[in-house]
Amino acid sequence: MEYGLALIFLVAVVTLIVVRPLVYGEDDTATVEATRAELEAAKEAKYREIRDAELDLQMGKLSVEDHRSIDRELRAEAIDILRRLDELEGQAPRV
Amino acid sequence: MAGVGSACLFVALLTALYAAGASIYGAVSGRRDFVVSGRRAVYCVAVLCIAATAILQSAFLRSDFSFKLVADGSSTDTPTFYKVTAMWATQDGSLLLWALLLSVFSSIVLFLTRRSLREIAPWATAVLGVVAAFFLLLMVGWENPFSTLANPPAEGVGLNPLLRHPAMMIHPPMLYTGYVGFSIPFAFAVGALITRSTGADWIRATRRFALVAWTFLGVGIMLGALWSYTELGWGGYWAWDPVENASLLPWLTGTAFLHSVMVQEKRGMLKVWNVSLIMATFVLALMGTFLVRSGILDSIHAFGASTIGTQFLTFIGLVIAVSVGLVVWRLPDLRSDSRLDSLLSREAFFLLNNLILVVLALVVFWGTFFPLISEAVTGTEASVGPPWFNRVVTPLALVLVALMSIGPMLAWRRVTPAGLWRSVRAPVVFALLMVALLALATNAPDSLPALAMFGLVAALLGVVVQEFARGALARRALTGESLPRALGQLVGRNRRRYGGYIVHAGIAVLFLGVAGSSAFHQQKDVRLSPGQSFNSGDYRVTYVRPTARLGADDAGTGAPISFGAVLRVRKGDEVSTLHPSRNFFPTQDPSKGATARYFEGEATSEVDVRWGLRRDFWLAMRPDISSLDKPIRDADSKFPQPSPDTQALLIGALAENYRRNPPPATFRAIVSPLVSWIWIGGAIVLLGALVAAWPSPEAKLRRVRSLYSARLGKELAGRAS
Repeated sequence: MEYGLALIFLVAVVTLIVVRPLVYGEDDTATVEATRAELEAAKEAKYREIRDAELDLQMGKLSVEDHRSIDRELRAEAIDILRRLDELEGQAPRV
Repeated sequence: MAGVGSACLFVALLTALYAAGASIYGAVSGRRDFVVSGRRAVYCVAVLCIAATAILQSAFLRSDFSFKLVADGSSTDTPTFYKVTAMWATQDGSLLLWALLLSVFSSIVLFLTRRSLREIAPWATAVLGVVAAFFLLLMVGWENPFSTLANPPAEGVGLNPLLRHPAMMIHPPMLYTGYVGFSIPFAFAVGALITRSTGADWIRATRRFALVAWTFLGVGIMLGALWSYTELGWGGYWAWDPVENASLLPWLTGTAFLHSVMVQEKRGMLKVWNVSLIMATFVLALMGTFLVRSGILDSIHAFGASTIGTQFLTFIGLVIAVSVGLVVWRLPDLRSDSRLDSLLSREAFFLLNNLILVVLALVVFWGTFFPLISEAVTGTEASVGPPWFNRVVTPLALVLVALMSIGPMLAWRRVTPAGLWRSVRAPVVFALLMVALLALATNAPDSLPALAMFGLVAALLGVVVQEFARGALARRALTGESLPRALGQLVGRNRRRYGGYIVHAGIAVLFLGVAGSSAFHQQKDVRLSPGQSFNSGDYRVTYVRPTARLGADDAGTGAPISFGAVLRVRKGDEVSTLHPSRNFFPTQDPSKGATARYFEGEATSEVDVRWGLRRDFWLAMRPDISSLDKPIRDADSKFPQPSPDTQALLIGALAENYRRNPPPATFRAIVSPLVSWIWIGGAIVLLGALVAAWPSPEAKLRRVRSLYSARLGKELAGRAS
């Protein structure tokens, strides 16, 4: 009895919660927004790499020449990410 | 309430299956509403598991013996702390803990990634749903923690006495948090493979979960070692026991994964390796969970035989098949974005370190499963034993510490030999000086592997100190900050790098303790009567008098009888007193007499340790209670069914008999040099992991930005409609 009543109650509550997005067509992830979040994460990772290389140079782990070539590569990759972020600007999130 | 608990589990199972199905349908059809619905279903599974756990915990606290699990694993006289933690001392309770942790972790990661990883997250939700459904199915189908007894007993069996130790009660949730935590990166790796999103996005999203899992697993292993050292009465902390090894295996592959993902993040390399490593780690975590209770391998930790072995092995087989299939299927998408520029680079050393860690894992795996392999091949079960492990693992550990010493000094991509020499010369000189000092001033040369390890540990610590110093000096030169501020800012802004260095320092300290305690420990077993003495190393030990306590043992385990000893320990002018004891727990066997049952159940050693930074003095005792056999038989024949008061008087009289006429007791004394550094090293590792896992200021800023961005998006959408 206890099991049966609990089962009916829990199934009802869970159904209400999981079915709601289907009834109201909820989509909490706009494509633009998701892409922006991923690009932001990639941008920060790239910035961290640039800082790491700078720190390695200061600590004498990298020669000036090696640092220059690595830094150039990393900055080119960062610029590419920034360009893709710029392209997203102005695009309204799809809801 | 057992019915409500069972209903929670059944509905959670259906919900987990729905989460998997809805997420897959949403991902395949592009119906985002189904993806959201699937994610919500995972949240519901977490709430249902929390409710089920609360119901079970309440039953333990109330000593409700109508719950079979409570009757089997607790009793009215079990201390409250152990009642709370008794849930995971049982197989059914462990499964519920797994499902609880998995559903909560899944909810957290899915909530955090709800606005990113649009392609991968639905598949990850499906994987997490399937894993949760498996554990819930085990409980619903075979090992229901809410099984009830038609005729509840008046008293429960009580918690296994060996488990009545604070470290042992925290150890399982720590281990399980580690095991479960690895399912998050595993699920996202599967999602990345299915969607061909084989960049570093899935790694960035789950890296912190992998680090937290690794940390908890490490803490769990350390607590298990501490329990072994202070509870099992043999004096060691690591016995290469199958269950210990089972927890070490995912930790080793997890360590390799945490290093190699950096190479993928920075260079786009090792993609096949990384997905393979996390899949192996997850499989080993499942294996670890299974081995603890399977009984398929002889272990001091095997607290019961599993009834769900077939189901577990089937699931593990399925996970392996799907993982291998996925990796093979997506091999063309897992090509590296770049190539190794130089063998003298950080990524090359990460690769080497990975190889050593994986070889170590293979060695431990081989040694652990050798009895099964041997039985399958020769028909005779044979085990390799600790000496084999020590012989094979020691050189690998030495190479690993050497690599740990060099790796941090290398830059990514390439470094010149001259640059490397500039970085290594100070730590190398420091290490050589330390080795020379130890060789001249101590008995360290008696064990060359230990001496080599001491030298490598010195080099590694030197490297870490040098990295902090050079980094702080470089920052001071750039910013003009004071040195302490520059150091703080350096660590704060590069938490991952410097947290990692702190972890390396902790591992170095830990290896110092392992090398010292395993190479130079001295053990002595003696049998003494009160007043007699013996020597162990520099210690002079005197058995002063016996003790007999009823219901008040020093360790607070709730043992009704505790026979012990007071010993005076003298080392030079220092004198201290140690109180080792042995606790006796009654058996429920009805064939034993009413009084005899108090002495013929489980007994545990409560060792006493004089802790020290240079060495521990460890002491265990085993009283000879054969002299009480006759009085016990007399008590049982005269009072076969005594009242509780009479029973207490009888036990009290027997204890007094032991105190007044103490027979000789057996003592084991161990002098264990540097063993405390193992626990200190573990604490340093934990600190470093916390530093590395703590969110960076940039990440906090990004969260605030994305919050505002989401709000703005919703407002714009509201206006548009």
